[in-house]
Amino acid sequence: MNRLKQLFDKKDKDILSVYFTAGYPTLDATLKIAEELQKAGADFLEIGFPYSDPLADGPVIQKSSEVAIENGMTLKVLFEQLKSLREKIHIPVLLMGYANPMIQYGVKEFCKKAAEVGVDGVIVPDLPMYEYEELYKDDFIDNGLSNVFLVTPQTSEERIRKIDGLSNGFIYLLSSSSTTGKALNVSDEIGIYYQRVKDMNLKNPLIIGFGISDQKSFERANQYANGAIVGSAFVKTLADKDDYLSHIPAFVKAIKG
Amino acid sequence: MAHTNYRVTDKGYYGDFGGAYIPEMLYPNIEELRNNYLNIIAQPDFQAEFQSLLKDYVGRPSPLYLAKRLSEKYGATIYLKREDLNHTGAHKINNTIGQILLAEKLGKKRIIAETGAGQHGVATATVCALKGLECVIYMGEVDIERQAPNVARMKMMGATVVPATSGSKTLKDATNEAMRDWINNPVDTHYIIGSVVGPHPYPEMVSRFQSIISEETKKQLIEHTGSPSPDYVLACVGGGSNAMGMFYHFLDDEHVKLIAAEAAGLGVNSGHSAATSVLGKEGVLHGSRTILMQTEDGQVIEPYSISAGLDYPGIGPQHAHLHKTKRVEYVSITDAEAMDASLLLSKMEGIIPAIESAHALAQLEKMTFKGDEIVVVCLSGRGDKDLNTFMKYFNL
Repeated sequence: MNRLKQLFDKKDKDILSVYFTAGYPTLDATLKIAEELQKAGADFLEIGFPYSDPLADGPVIQKSSEVAIENGMTLKVLFEQLKSLREKIHIPVLLMGYANPMIQYGVKEFCKKAAEVGVDGVIVPDLPMYEYEELYKDDFIDNGLSNVFLVTPQTSEERIRKIDGLSNGFIYLLSSSSTTGKALNVSDEIGIYYQRVKDMNLKNPLIIGFGISDQKSFERANQYANGAIVGSAFVKTLADKDDYLSHIPAFVKAIKG
Repeated sequence: MAHTNYRVTDKGYYGDFGGAYIPEMLYPNIEELRNNYLNIIAQPDFQAEFQSLLKDYVGRPSPLYLAKRLSEKYGATIYLKREDLNHTGAHKINNTIGQILLAEKLGKKRIIAETGAGQHGVATATVCALKGLECVIYMGEVDIERQAPNVARMKMMGATVVPATSGSKTLKDATNEAMRDWINNPVDTHYIIGSVVGPHPYPEMVSRFQSIISEETKKQLIEHTGSPSPDYVLACVGGGSNAMGMFYHFLDDEHVKLIAAEAAGLGVNSGHSAATSVLGKEGVLHGSRTILMQTEDGQVIEPYSISAGLDYPGIGPQHAHLHKTKRVEYVSITDAEAMDASLLLSKMEGIIPAIESAHALAQLEKMTFKGDEIVVVCLSGRGDKDLNTFMKYFNL
C-alpha cells in the first residue's frame, strides 16, 4: 500500500514535509539528507530533481538546482542513488521537478523507475491537469504513484473539485500565488481562502506549502490543513557543503516546536 | 480541407505541439486570456483602434519593395516586405500594439515583458508610454551590457529595466523572470510575450497580431504582379514571430514554398549555434511543448548567434508543427553568411538590415531560380541597432 496513504490514515494533523534538491550541496548528499530528516522527525520528503529553468521557484531553490546540475545530478544519477532508498528510509518520499527532464527521460520509464526504487508520488508543477489526463495519467496509476496538484488562492471551486477528483495523495495548497521562498502571506483574505478550501471537505488531505519557514508559519498552516511543507527555508540551511547535515535536527525541531 | 491541420485546436495544440505547460499559479491568468482574447480582438472598437494605430502610429502598411538589383543578381523577382520601416524599427510593434489594447480591455494596470536584444522591450515600452501604463522589462544581465542603446531607449520612455541574474543571464532567463513576476502579480498585470512562444493562447495570439504582414503582402502582390501567390516566402526564425506573421496567410496555399532561416551561429555542429530545428528535441519550454535545444537530461542549452534576436533555445510550437509536417523548410545560416548578406543588401539596395533579417536574405545565395519566379523576403528589422556589431566585424 502507498506509504502516503498509510501516513494520512495514521496522522491527520501537524504533518511536516520537507523539500530539498537532489545533488545539493554535493552530489552524494541526497540520501544523507533524507536519512537525517527522517531521524529528526520529518513525516515525509520531497526530493527535487533539478531543472535549468525552474520558473515556479524563487532564488534559493533556483540556485540549489544550478549547483546540483553543476555537481552532475541528472535523473539517471538520481535513480541510481535511490536504488538504496528503502534500505534506510521508511517514510513516504515524493519526487518533485519540472516536466521537461521527465519527458526527456520518458514519462513511462520515469514512473516505472520511481516505483521500482520505492518512490510514492510525484509533483510536477508545470504539468497541468489537461496534459496529465490526456497523456500521462495511466503511467502514474499503473505504477501506483500519487500525482499531486497545486491549488492557489485564485483557483476556482470547480477546478479544485476537479483536482480533488484527479488526485490520489494530497492537495498541495499554496499559501499565496507566488514563487517559492517568499514570506508567508498572513492576510485575512488568505485565512478566508484556507477556510473556504477546508470547508469543501475534499477527499484528499490538504498540505500547505510556499512561505512556511518557522514554527509560527507551520502552526498557522496547521490551523487549516493536515500539514505543511518547508522548502526554501530548509534548502538555505544546506549551503555549507562541508557541514550541511549538522543543522538538520535543530531546524526540524525549530519548526515542529 | 487538409490545410486546417496547420491551425491551432481549441485546446491550444498544433499537432503534437503547444498546450499550456504552466504551474497552477499561472492558470487563472492564462485562462482569462484564453477565454477573452478572441472576443476582444473581434470587437469593432478594438479593431478600429488597432487599425488606426497601425496606420498612423506604426506607419502601416509597410511597403512591399521590388529589389531590382538584388533580383538581377539572383535571377528572380525579389520583393522585400519592409517591416524595418515600422516605428521602432521592426515587426515587434505589431504585436505590442495588439496586446496593449487587449490588456487595457482586460483592465490591467501593469505591463511586463521579456527582451533579448531589446527590440521587443523597446516596442513594449513604446506602447506603455502611448497608453500611460506602468512597464517593467526583464532583460538578461549579459544582454543589458551588450545592448546599452536599447536599454536607454526603454528608460527614456519610462520603463523600468530589471536585470535577470539567474541562469545564463540572457533571453531565456529574462523570460523565466517575467513569468515569475506574473506568478507573483496575478491580478493587475499583463505579460506581453514578444514571440510566438509560451503557453496557449500566446503563440496563436501573437501570430494573429503579426499576420498583418502576410495579409498586406498578398494585397500588395496583386498590385505588383496580378497574383497573391508568390513562389517563395522567406523569413528568419528565433522564436519565430516575424516568420509566423509572414507565413500566416500563405499556409493554406500549398503552391507557395515557405522557407525559415535559423541561426547556425559558428556552424550547426560547432557547439555555438541556435539552429533549433536541427539540434533540438521535443520537450517543454516556457509553457509549451515544442522543439528545444537541450541536454540528454532535459536541461536547456544556451544557444549562440551573432544576432541577439535569434539566440533562443526553442521555436514556437506552430513552427515545430510546420517543421514536423514539412510545410515549411527550415534552413541554417551561419554568422558569416548573415553578415555577408547584410553588407550585400546595404551596398546593392541602400538598405541596412537587422542581422536577424539578413539570415533570411542569406538563403537567396543558396537557391537557384528559373528566372521568372517571385520571391518575398521578410525584412523584419533595420540594422541601426547592430551598428556596433557591424563596425567590429567589418572594421568600419
